[in-house]
Amino acid sequence: MVEILLTAQPIDVPNCINEVMLPESGGIDVFIGTVRNATKGKNVLRLEFEAYQPMAVSEIEKIVVQAMAQWPLHRVVVHHRTGVLQVGEVAVVIAVSAAHRDAAFTACRYIIDTLKQTVPIWKKEVFEDGEVWVAAHP
Amino acid sequence: MEVSILAFGIAKDIFSGPATSMVLSRGATVGELKAALELKYSRLGLLVSYMIAVNNEYAQDDLVISERDEIAIIPPVSGG
Repeated sequence: MVEILLTAQPIDVPNCINEVMLPESGGIDVFIGTVRNATKGKNVLRLEFEAYQPMAVSEIEKIVVQAMAQWPLHRVVVHHRTGVLQVGEVAVVIAVSAAHRDAAFTACRYIIDTLKQTVPIWKKEVFEDGEVWVAAHP
Repeated sequence: MEVSILAFGIAKDIFSGPATSMVLSRGATVGELKAALELKYSRLGLLVSYMIAVNNEYAQDDLVISERDEIAIIPPVSGG
């Protein structure tokens, strides 16, 4: 079972974990990405996330399909926020269950690392003295 | 033919809006679209990279586009 959600509402982290828990799953791995208060020593006021919604969902689906082909996973949940997020808010949750921890750890890391490379979602960091689209320029 | 290109992230700033339109010869490829965009919007050259998506899939330069395609410019992604 796979659940992918792009949402402008706060992510319910306990619900994401519950969704992947099964009696046969002895290993559950959860990555939670949150809004950090500073980048390179500059205070971050907030982040603004934008997504190319249908393509973002289909690219996340591809990543999850690749993960499930490589490791024996039970369930995968990927929730990603859009819109304006304050410091400390949850931007992304990846929850993965498997019979054993190795598959869960490795797949969870693969999914977040690949998501950051291929999924059409963008974040703008807003500082006290300006704003920057992350990763846009060298 | 005239095609519309959806923009996201910094591309919205570069296009000064959520989309732009370009006039291309019939049978133009993604590579030709990119060359035309770079001519019109020189700031694209300052980006680390960018991709073109056609109908919600990343497209190679040799793909032929048509007016009915949903075309988007994908500047460097930064989700997560």
